[in-house]
Amino acid sequence: MANPATPLGSSPGANEPTVHHAVAGHAHGAGGHAQAHHPKLQHHFYSMEQQLEASTLGMWVFLVTEVMFFGGLFMAYIVYRTMYPDAWVGGSHHLNVYLGGLNTAVLICSSLTMVLAVRAAQVGSRNGQIVNLILTILLGTVFLVVKYFEYASKFEHHLVPGPHFDPTLPTAQQLFFSLYFVMTGIHAAHMVVGIVLMAIILVMAWKGQFGPDYYNPVEISGLYWHFVDIVWIFLFPLLYLLGFHGGPGA
Amino acid sequence: MSTAHIGTVRLYVTVFAALLFFTLITVWVAGHDFGWLNTPVALGIAVTKASLVVIFFMGVRYNTPLTKVVVIAGFFWLFILFGLGMMDYVSRPWLGVPGR
Repeated sequence: MANPATPLGSSPGANEPTVHHAVAGHAHGAGGHAQAHHPKLQHHFYSMEQQLEASTLGMWVFLVTEVMFFGGLFMAYIVYRTMYPDAWVGGSHHLNVYLGGLNTAVLICSSLTMVLAVRAAQVGSRNGQIVNLILTILLGTVFLVVKYFEYASKFEHHLVPGPHFDPTLPTAQQLFFSLYFVMTGIHAAHMVVGIVLMAIILVMAWKGQFGPDYYNPVEISGLYWHFVDIVWIFLFPLLYLLGFHGGPGA
Repeated sequence: MSTAHIGTVRLYVTVFAALLFFTLITVWVAGHDFGWLNTPVALGIAVTKASLVVIFFMGVRYNTPLTKVVVIAGFFWLFILFGLGMMDYVSRPWLGVPGR
């Protein structure tokens, strides 16, 4: 490392604290300071680049804990699926492949609008951020509405584990549906958190708080949103597509 | 000014189209029976999609080496969980251990 002050390894030359133009409303850098600094630069960081790198790294460390959190559920899925393969195929038959596929597409669209919102912040487009964040929130809501109708149909058809579970079905299928509800339920909870997060980011973007120099909150909220998308990318084939071999609607 | 890499709209739309394409493929493939290959094929497509999201949408490609190591290590530990976990569960019936 050429410069010990930047342990996160920024490219050489990016280390000098740049003199940033002060954001409107701040009197920072108007003189008095020997070294003007960006008003969004926290004191414990050397440069805006280092601050962004630290935020990104910190968010990834959190996301790794999320990987482990969902990993435990996937582990349970693998164990019970190897023990009761038939119950898994049978249970998967009761899930609606088209609604699951629709939701996969909805989440992929929302990931596109999310990445475009981050890009809008990077190029300093306030309108771009607002439009794409609203679209992301709307698509996330569509996902949850579709999920609601799926859950409602499971309750109607007595597919919820417990005393009211359809007695004509193998008992082991309750294990499949337990994992289905826990995994998709926790995923949906993450979606709700993501939507709230996006609403907060939307307000901040509305106030014009982000621009090419500083967009860390949009960036790391985007990482969270994409992570939740990735979880669904695995849940969809593992839960919905097992019982599809008999053809659609089987 | 920030030195962060800014991806082009064209790149993001291409990745988006690829993700939708792989979603259609995974549904189409599920309509065919490849025997024991069913799950590996479905997982292969899912891993490809997830990699596209991580590398391009999450921008890990342009992150610092330290962040890349953390990301790769995170998924590596997930495979340790699955690997060691299944070593236990798969081998239990071989030994006739009660409690399975």
